[in-house]
Amino acid sequence: MTENIKKFYGEELSRKQISDGKITIVEHSPKVKYAWSCGEAMSRFLNELKEGKLIGRKCNKCNRILFPPRMFCEQCFKATNEWVYIKDTGRIMTYSISYVDTHARRIKKPILVGVIAMDGASKNMGIMHYFDEVKSDKIKIDMRVKAVWKRKEEREGAITDIKYFKPLGE
Amino acid sequence: MVKDVAVIGAGMTIFRRRLKETGKEMCFEATKMALDSAGMTLKDVDTVVMGSAPDAFDGIHMKGENLLDGAGGYHKPYMRVFTGGGTGVFAPIAGWWHVASGMSDVCLVVCEEKMSSCYPHPQSAFAHIWDPIIDRPLKPNLMWIFAMEMNRYMHAHNVSKEDIALVAVKNKKNALDHPCAQLGANITVDDVLNSEVIAWPVNLLDVSPPSDGAAAMLLVSEDVVSNHTDNPVWIEGVGWSIDSTMWTNRDLSFPQYVAKAAKMAYKMARIDNPRRQIDVVEPYDPFDYKELHHLEGLLLCDKGEAPVLTREGVTQRDGDLPCCPSGGLLGVGNPIAATMAVKTCEIYWQLSGQAGKRQVPGDPRTGVCQAWGDLMQYGSVMVMRS
Repeated sequence: MTENIKKFYGEELSRKQISDGKITIVEHSPKVKYAWSCGEAMSRFLNELKEGKLIGRKCNKCNRILFPPRMFCEQCFKATNEWVYIKDTGRIMTYSISYVDTHARRIKKPILVGVIAMDGASKNMGIMHYFDEVKSDKIKIDMRVKAVWKRKEEREGAITDIKYFKPLGE
Repeated sequence: MVKDVAVIGAGMTIFRRRLKETGKEMCFEATKMALDSAGMTLKDVDTVVMGSAPDAFDGIHMKGENLLDGAGGYHKPYMRVFTGGGTGVFAPIAGWWHVASGMSDVCLVVCEEKMSSCYPHPQSAFAHIWDPIIDRPLKPNLMWIFAMEMNRYMHAHNVSKEDIALVAVKNKKNALDHPCAQLGANITVDDVLNSEVIAWPVNLLDVSPPSDGAAAMLLVSEDVVSNHTDNPVWIEGVGWSIDSTMWTNRDLSFPQYVAKAAKMAYKMARIDNPRRQIDVVEPYDPFDYKELHHLEGLLLCDKGEAPVLTREGVTQRDGDLPCCPSGGLLGVGNPIAATMAVKTCEIYWQLSGQAGKRQVPGDPRTGVCQAWGDLMQYGSVMVMRS
């Protein structure tokens, strides 16, 4: 573009041209599987979830309680020092009301999702999770919320052992 | 000693939701255009830098190797860089250090993205950028993090969706003057507010589209610039910075990492009052609120002030601080790394007076471009002067 350029290359295709088989394409759907070892900090975290507990790690240099837990402090760049249980209540930092699923497919009943800064951890230390038992026009930033857990026998050591967070109704 | 580095040519393909051309073919067309515009051939090029975002879009791992023939990398020192959405400004920064270091006199930078290959929608590929342990079991959509960041920004400064929509209106209108634009349009604030809610507070018209496209630019050292042009644009400052992966551990209302990258670039370019000293800016605008967020991150206004500047017309093409005169990602399209064309290349075209109908008035001499990426954590900034 320079002003001097008269022709820009590229030929546009429509989705219909693909579905109608009007253009030459090849297809492949990769099928691969992964199993992630969760490491020291997150293995403990996930196993504590099974017990209905939330755990963080404390750095004795900056005195932050890090949540989710990690074995090193990325700011002090040293190993963290001790395990600290935190509460399953917190405050909504931000949220969204989503009408799309993970594949960008439209959904009728919106997903309420956001970041919760947890009580007992340092400032702004939060996790992403769902909200429920609250209408989408009632949810607010700074709202106090509490975890709703799966029943003990249903828990499997995953972030989804918490079903969602609901308003504390204080 | 650091060599001064000039931009002397650039090129791009059109941006569209789907292009017939392969990634290699798109790279070839953009590269050929950049070479032709500088009156050069591939023989004149010493080194090649390729920028391209996640392999998952093209479905080809080692994408850099796949694209190299189209990008002019044959039998040359060639490397790929990748900083997510930040690549469009980071790839030319990598090109800058190839030349500034004295290692090469001429470096070709090529950026490519072909998002349409991931079918039917590239969101399925985005699902794989999240942390597998703590985020992915919640089946996230990338749109969520933008929605959450936008909401936090609105909350922190009491910003209305109307004010944010003004950015989409402006950029899509600017894109009407861009010959490669995918979504140039005359729309209103109401059109944005009434468009489909994707993930509140994000509506459809708040978002840039997935796109196919490629871009290229030529960087040369001070030692050879006079052999090629009498209208160079100099790269005077570069900066980049990244925040922690733990994105749920920070206040999302202000991009600290962009401010750090901007300070690094401004120091190098001897800019101590960015608001007065910068004539034109291309902040990264994959969403309309991001232009505001980034204007504040670039220290071009106070926190929460960008919506006011927008409302007052300061950021229009003929305003005091033109923002996204290209039409940006919102209007021209968002082929992730190839947005180099509407950020870095656009500032080159603006400062060399070649932007045609998009030219900002008043002979702009100092411009800034910025890109943003990874998991809401990466900023890359370049200052250019003519």
